[in-house]
Amino acid sequence: MFNEMSGSDGVTRPAYKGIEDWIEKTGIPALLARTEEAEAIFRKIGITFAVYGEGGDPERLIPFDLIPRVFAADEWRRLDKGIKQRARALNAFLWDVYHRGEIIKAGIVPDHLVYQNEAFLPEMIGVDPPGRVYSHIVGIDIVRTDEKSFQVLEDNCRTPSGVSYKLETREIMMRMFPELFQTISVDPVDNYPDLLMKTLEEVAPPACTGNPNVVVLTPGSLNSAYYEHSFLADQMGVELVEPQDLFVDEGRVWMRTTRGPTKVDVIYRRIDDDYIDPITFRPDSVLGIPGIMHVYRSGGVTICSAPGAGVADDKAVYCYVPAMIKFYLGETPILENVPTWQCAKPDDYKYVMENLADLVVKEVHGSGGYGMLIGPKATREEVETYAKRIEADPADFIAQPTLDLSAAPSLASGNIGARHVDLRPYCMVGKQLRLAPGGLTRVALREGSLVVNSSQGGGVKDTWVLSE
Amino acid sequence: MLSRTAEGLFWAARYLERADGIARLLQMGQRMTLIPGAGRDEWRSVVSVAAASDIFDPDERITERRIVEKLVLCPHTPSSVRYCLDRARENAKAVRTALTMEMWEAINDGWRRLETADLDAAVRELPVLIDWVKHRTAGFRGAAESSMLRRDAYFFLRVGGYLERSDLTLRLLDVKYHILLPESEVVGGGRDHHQWTTILEALSARRAYHHVYRSDFSPWTITDFLILNNQFPRSVVYCYNEVSRYLEMLSHAYGQRHDCHMMAGSMVAKLADTEMGELFQSGLHEFTLDTMRFNAQLSGAISRAYHF
Repeated sequence: MFNEMSGSDGVTRPAYKGIEDWIEKTGIPALLARTEEAEAIFRKIGITFAVYGEGGDPERLIPFDLIPRVFAADEWRRLDKGIKQRARALNAFLWDVYHRGEIIKAGIVPDHLVYQNEAFLPEMIGVDPPGRVYSHIVGIDIVRTDEKSFQVLEDNCRTPSGVSYKLETREIMMRMFPELFQTISVDPVDNYPDLLMKTLEEVAPPACTGNPNVVVLTPGSLNSAYYEHSFLADQMGVELVEPQDLFVDEGRVWMRTTRGPTKVDVIYRRIDDDYIDPITFRPDSVLGIPGIMHVYRSGGVTICSAPGAGVADDKAVYCYVPAMIKFYLGETPILENVPTWQCAKPDDYKYVMENLADLVVKEVHGSGGYGMLIGPKATREEVETYAKRIEADPADFIAQPTLDLSAAPSLASGNIGARHVDLRPYCMVGKQLRLAPGGLTRVALREGSLVVNSSQGGGVKDTWVLSE
Repeated sequence: MLSRTAEGLFWAARYLERADGIARLLQMGQRMTLIPGAGRDEWRSVVSVAAASDIFDPDERITERRIVEKLVLCPHTPSSVRYCLDRARENAKAVRTALTMEMWEAINDGWRRLETADLDAAVRELPVLIDWVKHRTAGFRGAAESSMLRRDAYFFLRVGGYLERSDLTLRLLDVKYHILLPESEVVGGGRDHHQWTTILEALSARRAYHHVYRSDFSPWTITDFLILNNQFPRSVVYCYNEVSRYLEMLSHAYGQRHDCHMMAGSMVAKLADTEMGELFQSGLHEFTLDTMRFNAQLSGAISRAYHF
């Protein structure tokens, strides 16, 4: 296992030297005491995370680990390039599948993966969103397996969440340990809201004249990511609206205000495609803004991300992202995929069924760490039950080797131990590509656990990119 | 500003003010039970001021324990402290971007205290809990005062808060008007004196009263203080002056006038012309009933004007 601090050979890596000194100087008891202090701050600010379907505390705190995860400047430079490359390719793919489908005609991506995909929206065919951008915030989940090797675990092209944790963990670290930032120079991340605002303003619709009116659209305060929605709206200085605040009239979208109706140009929506427009998508639904898709298609408003962007972040489509990079950009992928078996393919299916106990199997359309099988951690019964599910619908599953994820020093069970981590950077796509240094580091706080999803008991860490 | 945001601010302020008012009422109730010769049912009038009569059996002897259970901890009774604080926080949470961090912290910090409180401990520590509620609401008002931009969001918050505050004073008068009627002076005696002072007590106004009148208690001066004194921040006239003032600021900010401005303005003018003697002549009870009705109408007119 690769340890982010001590590498593979037990010698502290240069990027972690400052952290090592700090841990030594502070001592574990003091760090544990300060963890409680950090939790009190989180609770006070109200940074909480609700877990779907688990009942219990609807305003659970997300566990926060005090020990930062560190990238050296040169490590980050490479990641930065790889992430932007991938975000460009994914957007090129989205434009292509909603237009001529060249990549399908070229025989690179199978047509059924696209056109029969639930996330593919025929209503989007031929629509030209400003700047040809469909996914304005691409969240790319990256894992590390050794000193040089980074792999992409999955892409999130719809509305990846978690960026508020990245910003808040940094705020809390700076508030609690100012001396740490005085001795080690760390790239700041607090420009994220400005970058996001610039990105959203850049994709204003053709009908917009003057300064674009940007809003954040949330399903409401019961949503698990509501804190983040309000945080981003607040940081950008824009309105946080709910669907019932918006309506369509005279070919434009308006919001109800205390002065009467006000035009809306760009909507950073944090609601699912299904709930955007009941007329277009869910005639049975009362949620959403009736008629907004018509306005969108005629260039009266920009919806970020575009409806139908999810067709690019499917776990089956994922296998073809390296091919997309070559096809659209003519470049060699900087970040590799994790080797993936598609159960839809007979050979792959056979291999997966024979090696279930060693593999991680995921539902093609699943997300959030739900409904997956981690072979080496599962009981024989669990493996058998899962095998039946795969048998019933092979195309619905993919499998990957159980990765030897890197681990970072973390405070757990009253001591410091190595816990597995991943990284989710948020790449913003407007006329330009923008990326704030680092991303959100998620950590599997249970010893030996490989699941870092916050919905599955994972925690977060501050992520540092050291200044050059 | 979104209409829904204005609505959330208006109601967050109202519910907080209501929680504060209920807490003050409970303080009065507890004090009344301590007066020598107190009746067996001192809590009954607290319950009716809190508009919670229907949750108690008419024949029930209301104990302090039942009060704490229903008017402090119960999450479902619309006039319980817990219910009001929960609604205030819900409204605040839904409009969080319109609040400053300090305001949110004031409303969010320790909000679960009543949820987890045990009934026995709460009964034992009632004065502590009451103080806690008053501190929280004061903390929120203070945070708003010292951290919010003086624009529409602030004005809506203040309009809601003062409207609710006038409502509590009116309800107290409505329930207690009989002991303030001139006839009761004839009865005289220490008991009346205590009854009057408890009214002031409920509004945390006993010392303020002395500063203003420097005299003994009489029904006229107490009523004058609670309705017409423009220095006392819980008097009806003071609250209306503030409601009207903040509505005018909204009108100025938006360049629009609505029915609610006319209504508040005429109420302020009417109160300015009113003499205490007239109030007693035309009926204190009728006055409080009319004004409470007017309060509800004004609240409706504000919602209509700002589309919420």
